[in-house]
Parts: sequence; structure tokens; C-alpha cells
Amino acid sequence: MTDQTDAGADSVQPAHFAFDADSEAEISRVLARYPAAKQASAVLPLLYLAQRQMGRLTGSAWVPRAAMDEIARRLGIAPIRVYEVATFYTMFQLRPVGRFHLQVCTTTPCWLRGSDEVVAACRRTAGVGGFGETSADGLFTMTEVECLGACVNAPILQVNDDFYEDLDGPRTEALLTALKRGEVPPPGSTIGRQTSAPEGGPQTLVGPALAAATPPAE
Amino acid sequence: MAKVTVDGVEVEVPNGASVLQACELAGREIPRFCYHERLSVAGNCRMCLVEIEKNPKPVASCAFPVADGMVVKTDSPMVRQSRRGVMEFLLINHPLDCPICDQGGECDLQDQSMAYGMDHSRYHENKRAVKDKDLGPLVKTVMTRCIQCTRCIRFAQEIAGVPELGATARGENMEIGTYVEKALSSELSGNLIDICPVGALTSKPYAFVARPWELTKTDSIDVLDAVGTNIRIDARGSEVLRILPRLNEDVNEEWLADKARFSLDGLKRRRLDRPWLRRDGKLVAVSWQEAFAAIAQRLQGLSGARIGAIAGDLADAESMVALKDLMTGLGSPNLDCRQRGEKLEATRRDFYCFNTTIAGIEETDALLLVGTNPRHEAPVLNARIRKRVLAGSLPIAAIGAAADLTYGAEWIGDGPAALRALLAGTHGFSSVLSAAKRPMVILGQGAVARADGAAVLAAAWEIAARFGMLGADWHGFNMLHSAAARVGALDLGFLPGPQGKDVAAMLGGGVDLLWLLGADEIDTDAIGAGTFVVYQGHHGDAGAARADVILPGAAYTEKSATYVNTEGRAQRTAAALHPPGEAREDWKILRAFSDVIGRRLPYDDLDAVRQRLGEAHPVFTRTDTVPRLACTDMTGPAGDSGGLSDAPFVPFLADYYRTDPISRTSPTMAECARTFGPALMQAAE
Ligand code: SF4
Ligand code: FES
Ligand code: FES
Repeated sequence: MTDQTDAGADSVQPAHFAFDADSEAEISRVLARYPAAKQASAVLPLLYLAQRQMGRLTGSAWVPRAAMDEIARRLGIAPIRVYEVATFYTMFQLRPVGRFHLQVCTTTPCWLRGSDEVVAACRRTAGVGGFGETSADGLFTMTEVECLGACVNAPILQVNDDFYEDLDGPRTEALLTALKRGEVPPPGSTIGRQTSAPEGGPQTLVGPALAAATPPAE
Repeated sequence: MAKVTVDGVEVEVPNGASVLQACELAGREIPRFCYHERLSVAGNCRMCLVEIEKNPKPVASCAFPVADGMVVKTDSPMVRQSRRGVMEFLLINHPLDCPICDQGGECDLQDQSMAYGMDHSRYHENKRAVKDKDLGPLVKTVMTRCIQCTRCIRFAQEIAGVPELGATARGENMEIGTYVEKALSSELSGNLIDICPVGALTSKPYAFVARPWELTKTDSIDVLDAVGTNIRIDARGSEVLRILPRLNEDVNEEWLADKARFSLDGLKRRRLDRPWLRRDGKLVAVSWQEAFAAIAQRLQGLSGARIGAIAGDLADAESMVALKDLMTGLGSPNLDCRQRGEKLEATRRDFYCFNTTIAGIEETDALLLVGTNPRHEAPVLNARIRKRVLAGSLPIAAIGAAADLTYGAEWIGDGPAALRALLAGTHGFSSVLSAAKRPMVILGQGAVARADGAAVLAAAWEIAARFGMLGADWHGFNMLHSAAARVGALDLGFLPGPQGKDVAAMLGGGVDLLWLLGADEIDTDAIGAGTFVVYQGHHGDAGAARADVILPGAAYTEKSATYVNTEGRAQRTAAALHPPGEAREDWKILRAFSDVIGRRLPYDDLDAVRQRLGEAHPVFTRTDTVPRLACTDMTGPAGDSGGLSDAPFVPFLADYYRTDPISRTSPTMAECARTFGPALMQAAE
């Protein structure tokens, strides 16, 4: 876990941040959702917009301190109130990350299903030394995360906003190589299963044959 | 009202009260860390658990509202066991460093672990460690000790009005701090030390100095501003080691301003501890007799008109009445206490007092500030204004140099022109004032310490009269002083008598002998070259530097003396220790000198002086209280509001941290001025 307490002393922090036209359009939509006296509620969506804008413009989706200050100013709250929210949610990156933020789930279900190999593949193919580190080419940052809520297709690797599921070592390597080439493979299961349906097609309610094979209950 | 039974005792509490309040009413003590009665309820420490009948789980009493018929148990096995559980969790990450912790001996966690702690720990993992924060020169942090009660966050946000503290990250990684490292920009920051239940926030200057049980505690009054904050002086041997606030709901609640708390290292430095006499241009140490003889000699043949006296900002009423009597005996009408030429008028008491009273601020519904920055001139009073602001819509307009007051104010002008606009009804705030039921105006010294001060005073009174601030049950005209001595001096009439000279006239050779009673704010360079200056006071400051004779007096911590605060409330300090060296209590010096020149003042002990004070003004006999005033006589002060100039009001205090001989001498205050100075200056500009 990175030290989140003194971002101010960091030389990577840009001196200024301003929302661009795309974000502004979104901001007006977001602010309209909250009554005038409750604009502070928009702090989460605005932080997210700032992070997305940074990703769009610089290739690194993170929230600089100047952006948090700007959000505080926009919402009329003290900057520390924004810092509190931004540091609370691990989804906000408070330091620059690579273009592809690899968030590997290593919680028990994913681990049982082979997350160690996903991690190993990331190290190997993306060239990141360990959790919290960024590859030399600046393309990848690997982070260890807790359950992503998709255990049914474990193990999971989240790349920026997308889940890649049912991974193993070779498929992770293939994914990362594609990313390096500038391709973005379709998110979801990498073994072709439909959402979280059973592997190899439907297993239940498949017709009378199944009913016949099942002894009637006493 | 709801009827609640607490451990078999039935009490009635208002609906909406918390179970904790009901328990207190029933006389049961509830342990707590996060709950503080002057802060919002956080309910996060869980130490206040109680059992409520028909409730399967223990309940955090500070955050649980009462209901009629509720039956509460505060000492059942379930309560004791759950509190023990909470304590065990709190201690998991709390270091066992009480022996080197400054909170030791007065730590809530330490005390309560005696009641609910286990004798050993079942926790064998590593404890967490947290980086310390730098909150500036006053508050020391040892954040590993923090139990995350968030009291400090709530204090900064709610009371001090500087929302700079917060809790960042979460869970195991949660930390209290400013995130972006910076000193806490509040004049009330010292209160964080009192409010932190553990040793996470302690006093930096007091670090490793003493244990609470070594200290002699003396209840007294602060004199470094005119609020009259009630304090406790903790001393050991011949040193004041710390100053803490004392509860007084009418004055300071339980807060204390940083200057009052941390200037005490100034009490040990540059002290005048023996009489001095200027011989051939050089000050030489002499005996009291020699010093007195030199003054007596200079007095010989001087007519009263050529003698003058100026009382300073820290002078106590006893010494001022003695000096006044001495001067009257010598036939001198030349007395003044308005060191910086404040055009104060003493013909009526409500022209120079804070008539609404500090507690009365909570009743106002519109506020006008004129030439004042209460945040610097009276931080504790400013906290009361902020409290009123938080209670709900209070329109505030301010005239003067715009500054951050910790609450929103509409700056409607920087000079008297805005007063004219209000009177003419051409400014929008006039209608706000007209609509208000209990409007009030606060006039700072910056508004009257100027050539047209009398006109400003008159115009402010006119505004008060015009907009219903003066009524049969409400007095909304307020003078905010920044000198503890001032109201007492005005009560005593320490002002030029008939044909008497004021400060300006006494300077520049207006008198041949000038007696400065702790007067250091006058322009000492302007004193005539031929004027013989007697400086009576406790610090080698501006006055002493110019003096021909120095008479060493006592600081406020070393004498039992009366001060009248800006409300007109007479309060008494108590001596926590003796004056250093040969220094003496000030009234005694004057009494002794009067004997030397054969004009013995008619009082031999403190009681007799106080009796004399009571004759001079009844306020000195009724200490600690102040009646709520009404105003029936609308006649204003003598000034003519037509004489308003267009010069903008300038802040009266250039530097909050250095306003008087004590704070100017204090290294801690110098450090604060360095840390906060530029920022404050900018805010004031
Ligand atoms: S520093 Fe003290 S007051 Fe602040 S949260 Fe920690 S324990 Fe509470
Ligand atoms: S454990 Fe990995 S998604 Fe739930
Ligand atoms: S005092 Fe009630 S939860 Fe902290």
C-alpha cells in the first residue's frame, strides 16, 4: 500500500488542474442531480470524472491533488473533505499509474482458482516488478485488490474499467501482449462462456432427458 | 419530556436528548472518548455502551436518543463486559508508552483502562505505527497514540472554523492529519490539546516539562486580550509551566486563545526584577530607596500640570486607582489610558462596554462589525459568534479590511463611507438590520483609534439607535476592546481631568514627569527629550527602554488583581507565584512611593484598596457577574457623525501573536508569528 498521507510533497503533482469540455458537460449533468444545498454529494462522481479525464488526456488515470482542490472549490467544501473521500476509496489513484492499470484479485476464491499465475504472468509479460509498481515502459501498473465481486468467473484481472475473467497464465499473457500491440480484446470471460453461465453450456433445465435421469424424490 | 429509568433512578429528560445525557442527569458517569458536549456526535469509539432493557445488544449511549419509559442499566455484567471488549480493541494499536507520554496522569484512556482494561494483552501481532504530523509550533503530535475519536477534526471544523483536519485512508491505514502538511491556522489550536482524550495531541512547548501532580494550580484570569478568559495557572517552584482554560459558560465556555495559553515563556524573559536609574545616560541598578528618591527629587517644584501618567494595556485596577489617587494628590489632571489615541468616551458606561455580553451574542439575529477583526482581537469571543452562526442563519456585514473570520461575512466597505450608506438606508444591509429583532453592532478599537474616531463612535451609536439595537430588553451596541486593562481604566476615570492632557499632549514635552504604568504601546520616541520618565511594569519593553527610573512590578500571574473585561465584568486574578527578585505588586509600589513624598495613600492592604475601588465604581465590588443591559436613553456620545473621513479602517492588531510586553517576549509567540505571520498578513490585507 502506498503512503497516502503526504501527496503534497510529491514532485509528480501538477500545479494546476482544470476540467476539460468533455468533463464539464458531464459535470453539469451530475450536479443537476443534487439539490443546491447538497452539491457536496457530487464529490464521488467528480473525483471519478477527474480520474477519467487524466486517463484520457495523459494516459494515466489518476487524481492529482490540484484536481481535488478544484473539486473542493467547485463544490464549496474544504479541500480536506475531498482528500478524505479520495483516500478512502482505493479505486481512486492518487499517484500516476500506467496506461493499463492491472488490478489483480487475489482474494481466496480467485486465489484458489489460480490468481498466482495471473500475477506471475503480469510480472513476466507486463514487466512490472511487484504490486504497486509500474513497468519501465510506463504501460502497466499492477495493483493487488480484494474481491472484485466476480468470483464466479475467478480468477479476475481488472484492466482500467474492464474485467477479464476465467484467466490462467497463458491467457493473461495473450491479453497483455494484445494490449501492448494497442489492441483491446473484448472484456468478459476469456474462455468464451456467456456471462457467468456454466462452462460448456447450460447444465440445468435442459429438457425431459435430465428429468428422466433424476430419480424422483421420495 | 421523556421518563427514563437509569439504574433504578427515574429522571425526566427532554425528547431528543441522548441516553448518555439521561445517565448523567441520573448521576451515573459514562466513560467516553469521542463524545464531547460542545461538538457534534460521532458515536465512533463505543466506550459509552450501556444496556437498554428489551434491547438485545449494548447501545452507544451518546448517539442513542431517549424514549419514554426506557430502562437503562449502566453497570450490568453485559455493560461491563462490552466496555472491556471495546477497551481491549482500543489498546490493540495504542502504544504502551505512558511513561514517556505527556498526557500521563491526565489521560482518559489511561484512567478508563484502570476501570475496564485487562492486566495483560491477548494481542501478539505487530502494533500499527503512524507517522507524526507537523501541525505547527504549538501542537505536538504522536499519532501512533491516536484512537481516532475524531474530536480534533470536529473541533477544527465546528468550533475553530478551520476545516483543515481530516481522517484520510481507512481501516488499518486511517490517519488523522491535514493530508497536505501544514500548520493549523487557528488562534484556538491549543484547545486541541485539551480536547484530545489521549496523548496524540499535546503541547509542544510543554513537552516533557512536568507531570500534572507536580503542579500547583491557581485559578485566575487571562489578561492578554479583553475577553477575561478564566484560566488555571499551573506552576512549579518559581515558574509558570502551563496555562489551561477554566469553565465559564458566560465568558469563554471551555476555550482559551493560543496567545493566552502559550505566551507564558515570555513571563520568564526580559523581566524587570530590580529598580533601575538612568545615570549619565546609562541605566544602573539601584535600591528602591534610591529609585524613589530620584523621582521625588525630580518632582520637587513641579506643578501638577507638568506631571502626567499613562496606564498600559495590562494594568490592573488596583494599581490604576492608586496611581490616579497619587496623581490627584500631586494636583495633576493629566491621566490617560487610551495609549493609541482611541476616541473612547466614558460619560456613559454603555458607550465603551460590550453591552450585549458574550453569551448574549447567541441571541442576536443580525450582526454588523465595524473596524474590527474579532478573530484576532478576541478569538474566544469570535468562537461565540461562530457558534451563533452555526446555530442558523445570521446575516453578518463587516466594514473594514476584509479578513477570514472563520464564518462568512459580507464586506460592505473598508471605511466610514459604508456607515454613511447604512444610515442613509442606501445599502441593502440596512433593511436586514431593520427587519432584525435583536441586531447588534461590534465596534473594534481600529474604528475609534483614528482622527475621526469620535465621529465613527457617534455614527455607530446612531446606527444602533436607528435600527432597533437599543431597547428595553436588548442592548446591541458593543465596544470590543483588545486590552484587558481598558474597561477598568475607563470605569475608574483614568482619563484627562479638567484641562488635563491626553496621551498625545503628554508626549512631545507636554509634561516634565511622565509615569508609565506598563504603557508600552505609546510612541515612546515621541516623548519629549526633557521629560523624566518613570516606567513601572514587569517587562523590559518599549517603555522601560526610554525610562529614567524603572520600578519593577508584577505580571498578572504574580498578583491578586482586578480586571474588567470588555463586557464590563470585573474578575480577579490570583497570584500563582511571587514576582521575581525585588519586583513588587504594583499598588504596593505606588503606596510606598506616596509615603516617600509625604502624600501617603490611605490604604494599607489589598482589602482597603478594593474598598477604595468600590468607591470609585460599584462594578469593582460585584465581581464575576455582569447584568444584562437594556438601553432606554438613546442620547449618543458627544462626537458628530458628520465628521466621518473616508480613510479606510486599518486592522488594530498588526500581529495577533505579538501584542503586549509578555507575548512580544515569548519565543513561542515569535515562532508562531514566523509560521503564521505572512499568511495572516495577507488575509488581513
Ligand atoms: S488525535 Fe486525539 S482528538 Fe484527534 S482523533 Fe486522535 S485521539 Fe481523537
Ligand atoms: S475473489 Fe476475486 S472476484 Fe471475488
Ligand atoms: S462516546 Fe459514545 S461512541 Fe464514543
